[in-house]
Parts: sequence; C-alpha cells; structure tokens
Amino acid sequence: MKTFTFKDKHCATAEPGQFLMLWIPGVDEIPLSILDARKNGEVMVAVKKVGEATRALHSKKVGEVIGIRGPFGNSFSMKKGKILMVGGGTGIAPLLFLAKKMASKTAKLVFVTGAKTKRELMFIDELGELCSKGNVVATTEDGSYGVKGLATTPLETLLAKERFDMVYACGPERMMLKILVLAEKHGMALEVSLERLMRCAIGLCGSCVVGKYRVCRDGPVFTASQLGEIRKEFGISKRDFDGKRMSLE
Amino acid sequence: MAGLRLANPTMLASGILGYSAETLESIVDGGTGAVVTKSVGSKPRVGYANPTIVQTSCGLINAMGLPNPGIDEFVKEIREAKTVLNVPLIVSVYGFSAEEYATVAKKAVDAGAHAIELNVSCPHVRETGSEIGQNPRILAEVVEKVKAVVDKPVFVKLSPNVTSIAEIAEAATKAGADAITAINTIKAMAIDTETAIPILGNRTGGLSGSAIKPTAIRCVYEIYERVKVPIIGCGGIVNWRDAVEFLLAGASAVQIGTAVAQKGPNVFRAVTRGINVYLKRKGFESVNKIVGLSHRS
Repeated sequence: MKTFTFKDKHCATAEPGQFLMLWIPGVDEIPLSILDARKNGEVMVAVKKVGEATRALHSKKVGEVIGIRGPFGNSFSMKKGKILMVGGGTGIAPLLFLAKKMASKTAKLVFVTGAKTKRELMFIDELGELCSKGNVVATTEDGSYGVKGLATTPLETLLAKERFDMVYACGPERMMLKILVLAEKHGMALEVSLERLMRCAIGLCGSCVVGKYRVCRDGPVFTASQLGEIRKEFGISKRDFDGKRMSLE
Repeated sequence: MAGLRLANPTMLASGILGYSAETLESIVDGGTGAVVTKSVGSKPRVGYANPTIVQTSCGLINAMGLPNPGIDEFVKEIREAKTVLNVPLIVSVYGFSAEEYATVAKKAVDAGAHAIELNVSCPHVRETGSEIGQNPRILAEVVEKVKAVVDKPVFVKLSPNVTSIAEIAEAATKAGADAITAINTIKAMAIDTETAIPILGNRTGGLSGSAIKPTAIRCVYEIYERVKVPIIGCGGIVNWRDAVEFLLAGASAVQIGTAVAQKGPNVFRAVTRGINVYLKRKGFESVNKIVGLSHRS
C-alpha cells in the first residue's frame, strides 16, 4: 500500500467517509476513500496494488498529473462518547481520517485494525498517537503481529466487556456482516462504509446500487438499520460490470 | 398516450439507474408516471472502461457502453418490477441486427413489459444505436421486425446526430412506430488540457443535460410537423418550465434523466406539480390542450 498526496480544492473540504474518483490519464478512473483532507488544499489517498489502474498509479512519480472528481457521497456521523473503530485491510483509510477528526472529542477511542500479515498492517504509529495506550488492537491472519486472526476475532470479547456508543467499520463486506451481527447482538449502534463498482459516482448509472440504495449518493456510509433493509445483498452479493449479481465470497 | 395510461406526463429516461426493480421503485416513489429501463440486448455486455462520464460545466458526457446483463437474465428484473411497480414499465432494447432487436423485444414483452423503446440512437457503440437510427431504411426494417412479434406499443428513440430528424421519424412511423422519443444524447467529447488525452475511456460519448435542451426542443418541433404519432420529449429537462416547453413544441410526455443526479427522484413530482400549476393558471383543462400549441402561432 502506498499513500498519495495531491492538491484539489474541492476534495480538501471532504468529510471522513467521502470518496473521490481518481483518473490515471489514459488508463482508468477508480473510486478511492479519502485518507485525509487538509485546509492547505492537500488531499491524501491510500492505494494498494490490485490491478492495472492501481499498478499504473503506483508507478507515477512526484509531479505527474492525475485527474480528480469529488468529493462524493455521505460521511460518518461524529458521535460523542465511547467509540470503537474496526478497519480491515485498506478499509482503514476512511477510519483513520475519522479518528483524526474525532480523537480529541471522544470519551474513549478503541481502534481494531486487521491485515493479512505484519507487512500489510498500515498506520500503526499514527493510531498509537490518536488512541490511548492499549486501545489499538492489531490482528494479522498469519499471526506475524498482534492477535492472530481476523479483525473480528477480538470483537466478541471487546463488545461483551464494554458498551460503545458507536461502532464504525470499513473493510471486506463479509467482515462487516459479522460486525453487524455482533452489533445487533450487543445492541450497539453501527455505521459501515460500503464499496461497489463505481462509474458515474453521481447517482445516475446504477452500477453501485445495493437494494434501493445508490452507494455513491445514499452511501457509502450506511447505518445498521439501513443494512437491515439490504440484508438480501449485504455481505452476500454485488453487481458485476454487466449489472449481473455475483457472489461476494 | 400511445396505448399507455400515464398518471402524469413524466417518465424516467433510459440509462438512468434502471438495472433493478428496487431502484426503479425508488424512482416511482419520486412521482414518475412511467419508467424506461436501461437498454438491454441479447447478450451480457460489460460496457467501457472508466472514465465513463465527464462532468463538464455545461452538461454530462457519458459513454457507458450499454452495460447490461442480457435479456435472459434481465427478464427476472422485469418480472419483479411488474409485481412492485404501479406505473407502466417500458423496456429499452438494443441489438446488432433487426432480428436481435425483435428477439429481445419479444422476450421483454413476454416477461411483462408494457411497452418497448427501441434504442436506435446510442451515439457510442458501433453497429447498433445511432448507426441503425441514422439510416431510414435499416431503421424501418428494425421497427417492422419488432412490430411483427410484439403486441405492445413500440417507441423509437431517435438520435439528434442526423441531417433531418423529421425524415427519420417519418420512416419510423411508416414502419409502424407507435411513438417517437426525441432525443438521445448528442455525440460529444472532452479532452484534458494538462495531458492532451481524451478523458472518456471510449474517447467519445453523448452529451446530456441543460446544454442539449434547445436542440431537443427544435427536434420535437420538427418531428411534430411531420408525424401523427405521440412524441415523448427528452433532453435537458430540469424543471416544469422545461417540460412545458417540450409540450408546447409537440411532445405528449417528457422523459427526465440527467436531472435525477442534481435533484434526486423527487424531480418527477416537482415537474408534474409545476405543469399542473401552469395549466391551471393558463386555464387549460389538461396536458393535451397544450401539446403542440406553439405551432399555431
């Protein structure tokens, strides 16, 4: 994963949870969560190499030109009180942005971050600065750092032990589905950020629809009760480039 | 209109949302009088690589490339839509031959479509869309073949990218079209000045939004003078005044697409309300009284 910083006066006003469309000229345009937006006009995104577009972006050098549209979509609520954030893989990006904005206003902030291996675990130092000692829980699937398992592994004990006023989650959808089940079981409020195929990003083309919602306009942040309305699809299926439903597994 | 009962003269234009019954339902909740689905063909199509849309200062340019799951998959959505929607469902159809248009149209009608709209005007996919709608002879063959196999109204959506749209409309109606939808997007392009690269993945696309309304009004006006069948006006409608302008030009109903991005699904309710207030203020009993009114002056 690499972070990229660029100037864009529109996206510099973004709130945590919003996304942008990044154009790699002549290659592709992809949706990305905003990692940070600063008053000086700087905007940051975190990008993992997963395909042609992200590979092309990784090979860009400082000073090269990219195109930016946005910011798009809604943002996380900024709930006061005791907060739990759960980020899986690159899903940590919008949550780190949220944590930066909220850290000083919360009564307590616990951050669970999961990755496949220690090498893929990102922003551990930044999280250490935002959360009190002991409130950053890292998990790796191979056990090379922190708790061995998935980001959801420590949650059952965490949620049984303590009441959180809000749980924010972003990551693989199967992970978020597990978190929804846990949040419902323990009666805690939850907001998650969904990812779908994006084309227009302005609510017209229908590529990102899930149930009656357009992820680009009605989301990407959804509450637990909205997730309840899209239970037939959430964590189960998404639409492919031809609009056909495909399994998320 | 053309055999369909509409609660109001607004419709969702093709290409906007329209993949799934559930999203169409949200548009119906916004007050639309009918919905037109995304264009569907005989086989699945993934469409073009992004960027598929450019937001310019005067409108949107899109080149989605007709992504769709193919009619055999889409009939499921048609059946579901039929059970949940209380407005007419019009299925937009494209094909690479007259036979293909007919096969897809028949499957859509068999699944429950109230009407078919033939997409003979998409400006950015080769060998279909406007490449068919720009040639009166090929267009007539498509309309005839479709009419021969379906017993529901057939609308023909025309491209403005022709020398005489009225001539094309005449060819379509002579071949049996029950209504003309005008217009589809105007072929367009945007180039990034920093990199000198055409922005759209497909390089060219179709312009929609307010910028194309004057062209669309002129097209509807010209078609009205040439054909007797109802015209459905489309292109840059954002508010009731735009819609009334189309009715005065000769449209019996209007379609709204791009404005759903700015105003949300409630744009249909707002436009309908505005039309009704206008009719009352001017002392007209119904929409029909103002259709084509500008031709009398």
